[in-house]
Amino acid sequence: MSAQAGTAIIGGGIVGLCVALGLAARGHEVLVLDGRDGDMRASQGNFGLVWLQGKGAGYAPYARWSFQAVQAWPDFAKRLSGLVDVDLALCQQGGYEFFTDAAEYEAFGHDLHRQANALDDRLSFELLNHADLAARLPGIGQRVVGASFCPLDGHVNPLRLHFALRQACLASGVRITGGASVVSVRPAGAGFALLDETGRQTRASRVVLCAGLGAAHLGPQLEFRAPIRAQRGELMITERVADRLPFLSSTIRQVDEGGLQIGGTKAETDCDTETTTTMVGLAQHAVAVWPRLADLRVLRSWAALRVMTPDGYPIYQRSADHPGAFLVTCHSGVTLAPLHATRLAEWIDGDPAAPDLEAFDERRFALS
Amino acid sequence: MSADLVIIGAGPAGMAAARVAAEGGLSVTLLDEQERAGGQIYRNVGAVAGRGWLGADYARGGALVQGLDHPGITHQPRATVWRIDARRGVIWSRDGQSHVSPAAHVLIATGAQERPVPFPGWTLPGLMPAGAAQILMKQSGMVPDEAILSGAGPLLYLVAAQMIAAGAPPVALVETPTAITHALPKLPRALFGLPTLIKGLGLIARIRAAGIPWYRGAADFRAETTEDGRIRFDFTTGKQSHSLTCGLLLTHLGVIPQSHLTRSMGLAHEYDAEQGAWRPTLDPWGQSSEPHVFVAGDGGGIGGAEAARAKGALAALAILHQAGKLDAAGRDRRAAPLRRALSRALSLRPFLDAAYSVPSAFLAPPDETIVCRCEEVTAGSIRKAACTGAEGLRLMRTSLRTGMGPCQGRMCETTVIGLIAEATDRPASTLGPGRIRTPVKPVTLAEIAALGPQPEETT
Amino acid sequence: MNAASRFRDAPGAAPRSLRLMLDGVPVLARPGESVAAALLAHSGGATRQTPVTGAGRAPYCMMGVCFDCLVTIDGHPNVQACMVSAREGMVIQRQIGARRLGDQP
Ligand SMILES: Cc1cc2nc3c(=O)[nH]c(=O)nc-3n(C[C@H](O)[C@H](O)[C@H](O)COP(=O)(O)OP(=O)(O)OC[C@H]3O[C@@H](n4cnc5c(N)ncnc54)[C@H](O)[C@@H]3O)c2cc1C
Repeated sequence: MSAQAGTAIIGGGIVGLCVALGLAARGHEVLVLDGRDGDMRASQGNFGLVWLQGKGAGYAPYARWSFQAVQAWPDFAKRLSGLVDVDLALCQQGGYEFFTDAAEYEAFGHDLHRQANALDDRLSFELLNHADLAARLPGIGQRVVGASFCPLDGHVNPLRLHFALRQACLASGVRITGGASVVSVRPAGAGFALLDETGRQTRASRVVLCAGLGAAHLGPQLEFRAPIRAQRGELMITERVADRLPFLSSTIRQVDEGGLQIGGTKAETDCDTETTTTMVGLAQHAVAVWPRLADLRVLRSWAALRVMTPDGYPIYQRSADHPGAFLVTCHSGVTLAPLHATRLAEWIDGDPAAPDLEAFDERRFALS
Repeated sequence: MSADLVIIGAGPAGMAAARVAAEGGLSVTLLDEQERAGGQIYRNVGAVAGRGWLGADYARGGALVQGLDHPGITHQPRATVWRIDARRGVIWSRDGQSHVSPAAHVLIATGAQERPVPFPGWTLPGLMPAGAAQILMKQSGMVPDEAILSGAGPLLYLVAAQMIAAGAPPVALVETPTAITHALPKLPRALFGLPTLIKGLGLIARIRAAGIPWYRGAADFRAETTEDGRIRFDFTTGKQSHSLTCGLLLTHLGVIPQSHLTRSMGLAHEYDAEQGAWRPTLDPWGQSSEPHVFVAGDGGGIGGAEAARAKGALAALAILHQAGKLDAAGRDRRAAPLRRALSRALSLRPFLDAAYSVPSAFLAPPDETIVCRCEEVTAGSIRKAACTGAEGLRLMRTSLRTGMGPCQGRMCETTVIGLIAEATDRPASTLGPGRIRTPVKPVTLAEIAALGPQPEETT
Repeated sequence: MNAASRFRDAPGAAPRSLRLMLDGVPVLARPGESVAAALLAHSGGATRQTPVTGAGRAPYCMMGVCFDCLVTIDGHPNVQACMVSAREGMVIQRQIGARRLGDQP
């Protein structure tokens, strides 16, 4: 078996699908080769935040990129809903970061000032001590010492984002082949030859590696460093609640179906099994922040693996050795989705109007 | 509350294992969700006297329950296990409070659930599984009034006979196509199960004698509520359409292992093609892919009560051996008669599995059928998603929310597998088992939070 | 909603000596039976409305698997009625759609 493609995208998570959609919109013929159903997919287990607070406090290019992404979300959501009948439940209502530790609260305040500087003060935010917060959110737990609030923060339904992207890609003429884990990719002639685990060969003139954690293994075949690692995040979802939670936060949010999602943990491991210790920690956190949640039932907890670079910022890499090969990987792929489906596609195409993404070159890790 | 052995499930397998293990010198904690030991088959058997109409088989469970009266056994009723932590132990909930039972060995004997029987209308009040009606008979002395029994399998005959004996005969028996002739080659082995077979024939004779209308080869099930709240049941036999009205429509197509706990632990599972279900991979003693975790009874593959009892005892012997309480020779000697009993108990299985295999329309039902009862996802939307790339259980789940409600896929997974298999022309064995996460039964945030050190202590 | 029960008592069944309240209406129960059984003996109608479409549902599997018997018992929402034994004086409400958040401050 063999297939032909103008551009082959390896990986059908939200990053690969956004790039596919963007390239298809630019008139390219695109084939997405996706892995197995059981693969680790950050795109199927994430928290759905479209989030700005704290992003790029120490790295201005990332602060600006995230800012643009958040601003681009409403149009992007509109574009997707024009292509497919899926409600993404985008809600950019503003979001809180809650702190039960005074030192962390203070440190985060400094980060926000640095982030605002990087954004030439286009970032508005508030720092609220417990009393301010309690006035605004009666019901907040006694142990919350303070919070930051950023009116630009929001969230979407992440599962429907993944679903909508698949459908939008199909509607835009992208071919998606599932169960096609690529085992080898190498330059061949003017393009690339890909082999997947079913034995199928694919020839493509360009290849974009968006395989999430799978890129660590495939990247070196195209001489990318691909220094990515897994970082586990654990989450929980509760039964549906009829009342609206009066806030959105980076660790507690109400999904549009009504359930409450609780998350925000980090562990350096590639094992995606939920743990008792973290479940307990998440439950304690939720009840500490909003004591009224105490009698809500948890339906399910799970763990998902973040696709992390050493500094946490994206890698957008054009191969110097093999023109036509690209590596695209990031954490916060939900937040950045609108740019991946537009500006990044321009950049892959070498469009003169494309943004300068030099700051996200993976050679930055060689220098440090 | 540490124990040598924690057993989950107080049905025939768990009860038999508890007794053998305790007699062998182990301390046993027996956890069960129900108020009383007995499991689904011997529900309430310790508490109910004078329900002769339930039959002699039912009464036999009494001895197993009495066997729990042993100083080495602590029976924890109303204990809902929601997570097994490899390091900490078995985590269970009662009355809004969770407890951890550390254990050197764990035996999972959580039994079976009824196979979902999806068709348009199966979610309406007035439809129930036949096994649910049987639970009501055992637990509450309630019998179905003007009910139709539909589907296939031995339980259907048993419930019909019990209803007749209780003076509330079913208004009709509507049987889906069986493959008795196709299953006949398996009969020679079934002859070892002669007593069971004869009992089955006896039940059938009683149903006949009661003059119950009996429809065979029924298909195209559909239920609707009538204006007065009764159920109109439409179906076909061959080219003929039928429409019956009843108070209660009971359905049954056999049972499948309850594997949420074993799956949530990440144990190895395998697809049982004869029974059309996933089950944990076990050695002949019931040992799972984790050396200290055993599975016995229907939860490890459907075999019925007698088989469950033998498997429970076998697992207990292996655990006693593992715990250094019984040498290999002693274990094998005591196992021999149990293996013979097991073989006898299972002799009818291949015949039953072949004769009462599930008609494909109930694995991949018509488009308008609600498949996921919790999230109300229809067969039509699942078919459509499967054709546009949701070719696996997980992608289907994140695309349409199948299996994401409180039942965690217990009521829809077999059907979702059937629909994807149909749409993608792949065998069911390549789909699943779906990944199960904990808690396998919902528990409150407060309850989970209380399992850890309290905030005052941590700061 | 109060369709006639779809069950009747078996010969020799114990009397229903416990009294529960369902949405303000007395419901009788037998000691040892589940709340779901008592509700089914009381009426053949729906005991909840789903949070997704508002469809009516009644207890189904009777063994803790299907979660169709969810009701509010003594103020606790989304309780599996088939897993709780009936007790004198229990106050039960049909579960209409998704639950509410607790109102403690
Ligand atoms: C717990 C958690 C919470 C998060 N919360 C947020 C959030 O709130 N907001 C936010 O913006 N981001 C969040 N993220 C990050 C976000 O989910 C990820 O950035 C994003 O999903 C990454 O998408 P991806 O396509 O790169 O990777 P994945 O979704 O992991 O997809 C990788 C894909 O590549 C395929 N693949 C792998 N190897 C191969 C191969 N050899 N051949 C073919 N295909 C292959 C896999 O099958 C898979 O489909 C979170 C992540 C986690 C883990």
